[in-house]
Amino acid sequence: MVQLSLPKNSRITTGKTWPKPDGATNVRKFQIYRWTPDDGANPRVDTYFVDMDTCGPMILDALIKIKNEIDPTLTFRRSCREGICGSCAMNIDGINTLACIYGLDEVKGDVKIYPLPHLEVVRDLIPDLTHFYAQHASIMPWLETKTNRPAKEWKQTIEDRKKLDGLYECVMCASCSTSCPSYWWNGDRYLGPAALLHAYRWIIDSRDEATGERLDELEDPFKLYRCHTIMNCAKTCPKGLNPALAISEIKKLMVERAV
Amino acid sequence: MGADANRGNRPLSPHISIYRPQITSVLSILHRITGVGMSVTAVLIVWWFIAAATGADQFAFIDGILTSWVGVMVMVASLWALWFHFFNGIRHLRWDAGVGMGIGESTRSGKIVIALSIVMTILTVILAI
Repeated sequence: MVQLSLPKNSRITTGKTWPKPDGATNVRKFQIYRWTPDDGANPRVDTYFVDMDTCGPMILDALIKIKNEIDPTLTFRRSCREGICGSCAMNIDGINTLACIYGLDEVKGDVKIYPLPHLEVVRDLIPDLTHFYAQHASIMPWLETKTNRPAKEWKQTIEDRKKLDGLYECVMCASCSTSCPSYWWNGDRYLGPAALLHAYRWIIDSRDEATGERLDELEDPFKLYRCHTIMNCAKTCPKGLNPALAISEIKKLMVERAV
Repeated sequence: MGADANRGNRPLSPHISIYRPQITSVLSILHRITGVGMSVTAVLIVWWFIAAATGADQFAFIDGILTSWVGVMVMVASLWALWFHFFNGIRHLRWDAGVGMGIGESTRSGKIVIALSIVMTILTVILAI
């Protein structure tokens, strides 16, 4: 349901302004969302100043620098620092992306960082992705076959393999789904761009033999058809994928098999 | 159970208040707003027609409202809404066919829709006067 304002316990207050680093001449201002389950207080936005002369080039470099040198309680997920694990997805400068591959030079002015939108916050920049993962599991993200297992492997032509390009690269960072207003308002029943992109990845896999069942599962006013081509998903995907197009292709397959 | 003690009181992360408007998302919500707006205008126009068929006094009343400066503003806005909804509707139909959904393409087609809707509104007003 559409709920434009935040619940009472989620309204953001002004937080602490941390001191500027000593002797730094080239500082940049960071405004970062904070919430801890420990004190019962509402979320707040803290202000930090980072010395750009001794900071790496990416948003994640700045976050790690803040954690190391200013405030060790700042909490965020990160792992690979090269855009392949999907852990450090967050809202940076108003769009969802991966902190590790988003350059500090891509942000004009102060750097504003929030957790991925419209999710329950576990702490600071860490949202709860339990429901998101459950939706991914619901689309059966694996090869379903009925014929006997071949002696060696399930073969695929070069052309059929090409159909998976632009789909298999998804790292499940949840940037797209949490950028989607439809997912904000109906995320309990609408599967969202990430799960649907994965659904399409298996639907068009030439080796998969459960295409009909997969489409049956999606034939639902909410699971698939809450996509209104708002296109925030495609615009924000840090891997340059196009979930909106994948959803559109599923809708087309639905029509094709109905007529 | 310490770690889960506050699980029930977790805040919802901010969404529409912090997400940067995109040309695609703004046009999407405008498509809905113009659609709803035009159905209100349609009622006004039907009222105008029915009044014309009913009697001079009834017609004078609604005609007075619709030709006042507020009424003219509403009608010009509705005219733009009609053109916008028309061109953006074509954009949506192409998307339904899976055409023009690239990230660059969908941004470009959005700009074209805005330009066309403004140009056609001005042309229609000039032709009407």
